[in-house]
Amino acid sequence: MSSAPRVAEGGRGRNLAATIRRTVRDRPLLPLLILLAVLVGSLQFAQPGMLTPSWASTTIRFAVPLAILAACQTMTMLTGGIDLSVATVASMSAYIVFTQTPGQGPWVAIGIALLAALLVGLVNGIGVGVFRVHPLVMTIGMSLVVLGLITVYQRIMVASGSRIPAEVAWLGSGTSFGFVPNSLFLFIPLAAVLLFILHRTGFGRLLYAVGDNEAASRLAGVRVWQVLVALYVLVGLLAGIAGIVYGGLTNTATAALADGLLLPSVAAAVIGGTSIFGGRGGYEGSIVGALILTVLTTLLTVLDMPEPVRVILFGAIILVVASAYTRITAET
Amino acid sequence: MTSSAPARDRFSRAGTAGADVLRGFGRDTWTIALFGLLVGLLLVAKLSAPDYGATELTSLAIGALPIAFAAVAQTIVVISGGIDLSIGAMMALTSVVAASQMKDASPEAAVVVVIGVLVLGLVLGAINGLLIVVSRVPDIVVTLAMSYVWAGAALLVLDTPGGGAADWLQAMISGSVGVDFLPRALVVLVVCVGLVWLPLRRSRLGLSLYAIGSNRLAAFRGGVDVGRTKIAAYALTGLFSAAGGLTLTASTGIGTPIPGPYTLLAVAAVVLGGVSLAGGRGGIVGPIVAVFVLVLVRTDLTFLGVDANLSTVVQGAIMVGVVMIGAFVTLRRRRI
Repeated sequence: MSSAPRVAEGGRGRNLAATIRRTVRDRPLLPLLILLAVLVGSLQFAQPGMLTPSWASTTIRFAVPLAILAACQTMTMLTGGIDLSVATVASMSAYIVFTQTPGQGPWVAIGIALLAALLVGLVNGIGVGVFRVHPLVMTIGMSLVVLGLITVYQRIMVASGSRIPAEVAWLGSGTSFGFVPNSLFLFIPLAAVLLFILHRTGFGRLLYAVGDNEAASRLAGVRVWQVLVALYVLVGLLAGIAGIVYGGLTNTATAALADGLLLPSVAAAVIGGTSIFGGRGGYEGSIVGALILTVLTTLLTVLDMPEPVRVILFGAIILVVASAYTRITAET
Repeated sequence: MTSSAPARDRFSRAGTAGADVLRGFGRDTWTIALFGLLVGLLLVAKLSAPDYGATELTSLAIGALPIAFAAVAQTIVVISGGIDLSIGAMMALTSVVAASQMKDASPEAAVVVVIGVLVLGLVLGAINGLLIVVSRVPDIVVTLAMSYVWAGAALLVLDTPGGGAADWLQAMISGSVGVDFLPRALVVLVVCVGLVWLPLRRSRLGLSLYAIGSNRLAAFRGGVDVGRTKIAAYALTGLFSAAGGLTLTASTGIGTPIPGPYTLLAVAAVVLGGVSLAGGRGGIVGPIVAVFVLVLVRTDLTFLGVDANLSTVVQGAIMVGVVMIGAFVTLRRRRI
């Protein structure tokens, strides 16, 4: 499906295009960072004096939960899958933390929440890896199951009240040294570990291998089901962490808390250059993608556009970026 | 059965014992089993609530109607090897357009509105398809992004639920026809789907839909215009989404700009209905029956006194469980 070689409209122009294409393919992060810079620049243009350290701090605080959820999508997409249950799992874990804190104390509550998130991931993993259910179906089904369970749990816990633990509020919305968001203390090590896993470990390579050609990796002796189960467990855990951070940021916990982050998390991974068919991409791009989407939301808000136009532009821009990316990096 | 040829061909070409079994466990068996499940659920409803009758059947059909149209829309595009995550948003958009234009309009003008909205659906879907073909971005990403665009457009048309629906449109799906046990909504569904799907399935386009879903490259080499067929598939999906949107307006009397859960329910119904997400296989009856199963499960659980929220759990579990069992059975048979 490669585009036909274009007739040269003058050697120089063609060389330039080829150079751009090569640079982009070798350094996929570069155009994304340029786009991010352009967006930040236009923000300054739209509202001079907007770019302050406290603005940066707010942007990062909102980008962190999205970036963690984007990690879930990136890793599942690398294997050719997708996880549409992350938002529900994130809401669930935030809700458990908020409601268990009064009785159990914050740390036990966080432990219970992460354990529940991990269990959902395990079920997803068994469904996808062992029973070969399509990831889309498995994770939609699980998100229905989890949503129902939270609502039932909500009714049971309605008497016990809910409280946001100080630790979670500190993590989600607090800052240190003036402007440094506390969530970075969690996110930077987490991202480092994820990048290390993807780039330097056998598990990371297996994710790429399974996504690139599952049959070939099976023939090469990879136990695909084990890779998938491990992957979805990890993803469930990450979704749980993202939910707790987001709960601390928004100071609320409902069954639909993180629903609005589901599509952006997929979008962040896609505009970050991860192929939804598997085998290509990486987490670096998704982090920048999450930042781009967060800045874009701010920009559209600052431009004082009515809500519908904002939503339309959001979708259109995701589409344009994804399509430009596909076009530039397409094998020619 | 000529039109299901591509689906069959794929297996007979393999020619192994496993493929034969697979064919036996094909979509007909699956649909029949689903029908069995549906009848079972109806029996449970009748046993647990002895006065379950015509009224309840009618409300079941009205409740299932928008989901059924969404499922048909999704089925067509899935058969052609794609997926459309913007169905819910297209339904919201077409529903608010219909509601806002039909408010205080004469019955004759409402007919024009209905036709216009159906054409609008075709156009929305065609835009989705065109963008996928032109941009070469995966279907799931394009339709995801477009779901924002359509949802935003719906908010532009109506920022709060409102508008109105023509009386004849509302009457069209309420009550029953002839005998009490034949809900009008069901007739509307069967007629609308039958009018489009039956001729389509036997046409060249229908065959092409299965062909590009089954094997794009082979279809291309066999002379199918893959791009045009894909756009046609998405346009048909848009058409049925518009039909779904119209029934939303008809059943509630207003238009709501916020997309309902129809996209995901449609995916669930498609999978439950035995249509392979890989494309090229499956029919339209399975997903429709699956929609009724999903809706009826909820009713049954309510009759049985189960917490309404637990029925969401059961819906999800059924969806995953049925697919798991299906995969498990096929896997085991293939190994033997």
